[in-house]
Formats: sequence, C-alpha cells, structure tokens
Amino acid sequence: MADAFLNIQSVKNDYGATTVVQDFNLGVEAGEFVSFLGPSGCGKTTVLRIVAGFETPSAGAIMVGGRDVTNLKPNQRNIGMVFQAYALFPNLTVAQNIGFGLKVAGVPRAEANARVAEMLDIIRLPEFGGRYPYQLSGGQQQRVALARALAPKPKLLLLDEPLSALDAKVRVSLREEIRSIQKKLGITTVFVTHDQEEALSISDRIVVMYGGKAEQIGTPFEIYNRPATRFVANFVGTLNVLEGTVTDAAAGKVRVGESEIVLKQPLSDAKAGATLSLALRPEAISLGRRPGHDSSLSGLISDVSFLGSVIRIRVDLGKNAISLDTFNSPATPPPTVGDKAVVNFAASDLLVLAV
Amino acid sequence: MKAGRTWAWLTFAAGTAYFFIPLIATLEFSMRMRRGIYSFDAYQVVLGDVRFQQTFGYSVLVSIFTILLGVLIVVPAAYWIRLKMPYLRPVVEFITLLPLIIPAIVIVFGYIRMYGSNSPLPFLATARGTDLLLIIGYATLALPYMYRAVDTGLRTIDVRTLTEAAQILGAGWATIIARIILPNVLIAVLSGAFLTFAIVIGEFTMASLLNRPAFGPYLQNIGANRAYEPAALAVIAFAITWGCMSVIQVLSRFAPKSANQPN
Ligand SMILES: Nc1ncnc2c1ncn2[C@@H]1O[C@H](COP(=O)(O)OP(=O)(O)OP(=O)(O)O)[C@@H](O)[C@H]1O
Ligand SMILES: [Mg+2]
Repeated sequence: MADAFLNIQSVKNDYGATTVVQDFNLGVEAGEFVSFLGPSGCGKTTVLRIVAGFETPSAGAIMVGGRDVTNLKPNQRNIGMVFQAYALFPNLTVAQNIGFGLKVAGVPRAEANARVAEMLDIIRLPEFGGRYPYQLSGGQQQRVALARALAPKPKLLLLDEPLSALDAKVRVSLREEIRSIQKKLGITTVFVTHDQEEALSISDRIVVMYGGKAEQIGTPFEIYNRPATRFVANFVGTLNVLEGTVTDAAAGKVRVGESEIVLKQPLSDAKAGATLSLALRPEAISLGRRPGHDSSLSGLISDVSFLGSVIRIRVDLGKNAISLDTFNSPATPPPTVGDKAVVNFAASDLLVLAV
Repeated sequence: MKAGRTWAWLTFAAGTAYFFIPLIATLEFSMRMRRGIYSFDAYQVVLGDVRFQQTFGYSVLVSIFTILLGVLIVVPAAYWIRLKMPYLRPVVEFITLLPLIIPAIVIVFGYIRMYGSNSPLPFLATARGTDLLLIIGYATLALPYMYRAVDTGLRTIDVRTLTEAAQILGAGWATIIARIILPNVLIAVLSGAFLTFAIVIGEFTMASLLNRPAFGPYLQNIGANRAYEPAALAVIAFAITWGCMSVIQVLSRFAPKSANQPN
C-alpha cells in the first residue's frame, strides 16, 4: 500500500462548513485501472480533482511515484485528464489539440508531429488530424480528448465520467477501447463513473464511494459477490435484504419469519435476540431444489415479470419479500401469482451486512 | 394580414428615408463645390490637406494603442472574473458603465488637475506623456464596449473546463490566455476593437482639452470654417464606420465553431 504508485493518504475536503470528502485512503498500483463508483454528489469528482491538483485537500496528502505532489500546481504534475464535456480547444484542429501538451512542454516539432500521428493511429482516427472539434461526433471528440491526455506520456490518467454524454452503444464500445488502450500503454488510471456496469466491466479494482467516504475497495468480483456494507450491496446489482433475529450467536442460527437458518459462520459480535440484515442476490436463489441449496423459506408468489430470457419472480415471506430470477424455458410455463412457493438457497451465499 | 404587411413596408420605407435622405443630401452637397456640375473637388481638397493626413494618422495610431491597452486590460480581467470571481461580475459591469455616465469633460479636467507638470505624475509635462494620458483616457471611454464584447465572447465557451484542460496539459496562465482564451474570443475582441476605433476617430473633448493634434478637433475646426469640406468629411467618416462594420461581419464568419458548449 505504502509503495503503491498513486497514494491518496487520509484526504479530507471541506467546502465551507460541509465536509464532502473524509478519511479517504487509496493506493493504486502502477498500471492498475481503478474506478470510483458511487451516486451523484458522493465526492468522486472532488477526489479526482484533488489528485489532479485543481483542489487542495483540507487534510491529507497525494503521493505519485513516491513523491509528495499535494502542493504542486496542476500544470506541474504530469497527469493526463479526460473531462465529461470533452473540453477540446475549439480553435485548434484535432492534431493541434493532441499536440498541445507537447508544444507546451517544448518538444521539438518533428518529434511532436510523430507522436501526434502515433496517437491518431491509437484512437483509430488517422485521417482526422486536420478537422476541427465541431466536425466530430461526440464519441470521436472523446477519443481525441483521450489522445490529447495521453500524448505527453503522463504518469497518471484521470477520467471523470468520460462516457456519460454519449449514447448507450458508443458508451460500451468506447469503454472497451479505453480499457484496451490503457492496457497496451500500461498507464495507471483512475476512472470515475456512477454506472455500476461500466465499473464492473472494465476495472481492476473498484472504490465504492458514499457520502465522501470509500465504503469498500475491491475487485469487481469481490464488490459484487461480497459487498461489505448494506450500501454497497444495494448500490451494486439488485439485492434481497432479509431481516432476521439472532437465536444462537455461537452456532450462527438466525430466525427469518417462520424458519430458522443456520449460517456458515458464528455471529461473533451479535447477541441472541438482536436483529440483523442478510443479503441474497436474485441469481443465488431457486424455486425448485438444487444441489448445494441447503436452506429454504416458504411463502406466496406475489409478482411474476417476464424480462425476456429471464423471469423475475417475487415471493412474499410474511415480513420479508424476495426477488429471484429463473431462466425462461418454453417447456415450463412460469408460476402464477398466489401460488405457494418454497425458495431454496445455499446458506453460504447469505451475506451478513454491516448496517 | 395584407394591411399588416403594408404597414410594415411603410414603416420600413419611412425608416430608410429617415436614415438615407440626410446622407444622400450630404453626399449631394459635398459634390457641389464646383459651380454648376458635380465633382469630387471637396474630397480632393480634404484628402490633399496635410492637416487631414496628419490628424487622421495621429488618431489611427492613438486608436491602435488604445485597442492594445484595452485588450491587455479587459481580456485577462473579464477572463479572471468569469473563472474565479463570478460574484464580482455585477460590480465590474457597473464600473465599466461609469464612462457612459461621467462626461468625458469631467474625466479630462480630473486629468489636468491630477497630472499637471507640477504633480508627482507629470504626464502633461511632455507631448509623449500627454499622448499616453490620452490613450489611457480613450481606453476608459471604450471600456463599456470592450468589456461587454469580450464578456459576451467568453460566454460562448466553457471557460473553466478549457482552462483546466490546458492547465493539466502543462500550460501556464500566459499560454492559456494567448493560445486558448484569446483565439476563442477573437471575433468578440475585434468587434470591441472596431467600436474603440470608431470612438477614438471621432472623439473631440479629450483631444481638444489636452491639446493634441487629433482628427476630432480638426473636424470641428473645418466644420466651423468651411462649407463643402465638412460634408465631404462626414461622408468619409461614414465610409470608415461602415467599413469597420463590414469587416466585423466578414470576420465573424471565421469565428471558431464552439463544439464544447457547457450543457
Ligand atoms: N465548489 C464547490 N463548492 C461547494 N460545494 C461543492 C463544490 N463542488 C462540489 N461541492 C459539493 O461536494 C459534493 C461532492 O461533489 P462531487 O462533484 O465530488 O460529486 P460527484 O460524486 O462527482 O457527483 P456526480 O456523480 O454528480 O458528478 C457535492 O455535495 C457538491 O454539492
Ligand atoms: Mg462528478
């Protein structure tokens, strides 16, 4: 952690009396692709702007490559940044935009031109050097913005919701392109998004943020399958939350409605009689018996929605309700509302949530 | 419907007549210097007059320096206010309006009292110093137009994001203003510049009271003493103003098309 390439150390930021980022710690390894994921207003942009040097943190430090850059100006940090609104210079051509950082750095003209041509190839717009930004589509503009950020060979690449102004198809193809360029160049990258699918699909690690704090830091697999807090579990994917009462903490026994479930681990920090939340993903639940599904709860089917290849079924369990997905198969018609149902799952898939 | 159109045309015709008849009359009068036939004699006299050439040249030169001074002050100031101190905008807008409210004669009397040859800043002790004071005064007079033009230009671009994009690429303030901000508001700056030019070319009060050989006092002098030449001068002045307007029109076609309007 301490020897990570980018180190964000105990960063805090206030605007007047309101604290918008607090106790934020993160180490990003060289070449790693880390996403900040969180709802609007949770402080993603603020942290990114602190890393870029546009904001000075109220406390804490930013280290890049072992060097403290907290008090350096943005133009002294050698960081590449891509903005949500593209921010291409309207008075310069595509080639001049890409070459801007090189020109400012005093790179000799021949060398700069070669680098611009190389970048145009990387973003697959080799013919577009002479055009002006207004002559490009949104996706093309954002690729040029990426090339412009990468041309001076920065140590770090920051992207603040670079895809949110684009339409859905372009968004998917461009995010894959960004990821493949990032891998090819091996550049350390921080990517801000509020789209969980985007974060899950392209990141090495994800920082889920909420209220100015990092709620959980982990690989997409960990974040999705082992959310540490109720917020993460709710924000990433669809989730069933069951309220239960602890009956035997040492044995890990919990009463949910009429049934008792035995968890795989003892509840060391809970007392008998305490209530707790258990989370369960829809895809971990089945209606019929399945190998490994050792626990069950019974109730009434309250809703059936047909989503194409998948049918989402809602089962009322008294105080709790559960959603589960089954694959659509032409041979077996879906159940009807009001039927009795028994839902099965593996106790090991249950997550005990810290509230 | 039909009646509405007729009225529209009538109004238009009345407006046109109001505007063009004095102009045509002036033009016609200016060409009657030679008895019995139309000629350009008055223009020849005016253009051949050494004092015309000298005062006009002087005023053009002063206007160029005024424009430079105005651009150097207004562009960074308007940019900075948009970027860092947007809350100051109403105050600054009010300040830039002051030259329209305070008569030039008040300003120039202030100058004469403040900068006389015995004062700590004796601008008026030398001719060059007085020229400088005149330029500063003109820059003040042109401030309302220059500031508004530049501020309107800045509104068409996303000043903050473009600045940050340039900063993170390593650019300092001078580079950002010279290579990004100024080119993007160039058309606005030019229209401000031509307005400044128009003001400086015709200005009388300051030049006269500071006793500089400018075009305005010359115009006044000719107007008071000759018959046909003032008419010719008026037509020439119109031609210059219209020339400036058309140049603004032509230039605005080359304005960079802004592709990154903030949404
Ligand atoms: N200049 C500022 N002055 C005061 N408060 C600010 C300022 N900039 C941001 N904030 C506040 O800080 C909080 C975090 O803002 P930030 O822009 O970092 O959120 P975000 O996670 O990027 O959200 P989004 O997904 O909407 O972009 C917000 O509550 C916002 O209102
Ligand atoms: Mg943001």
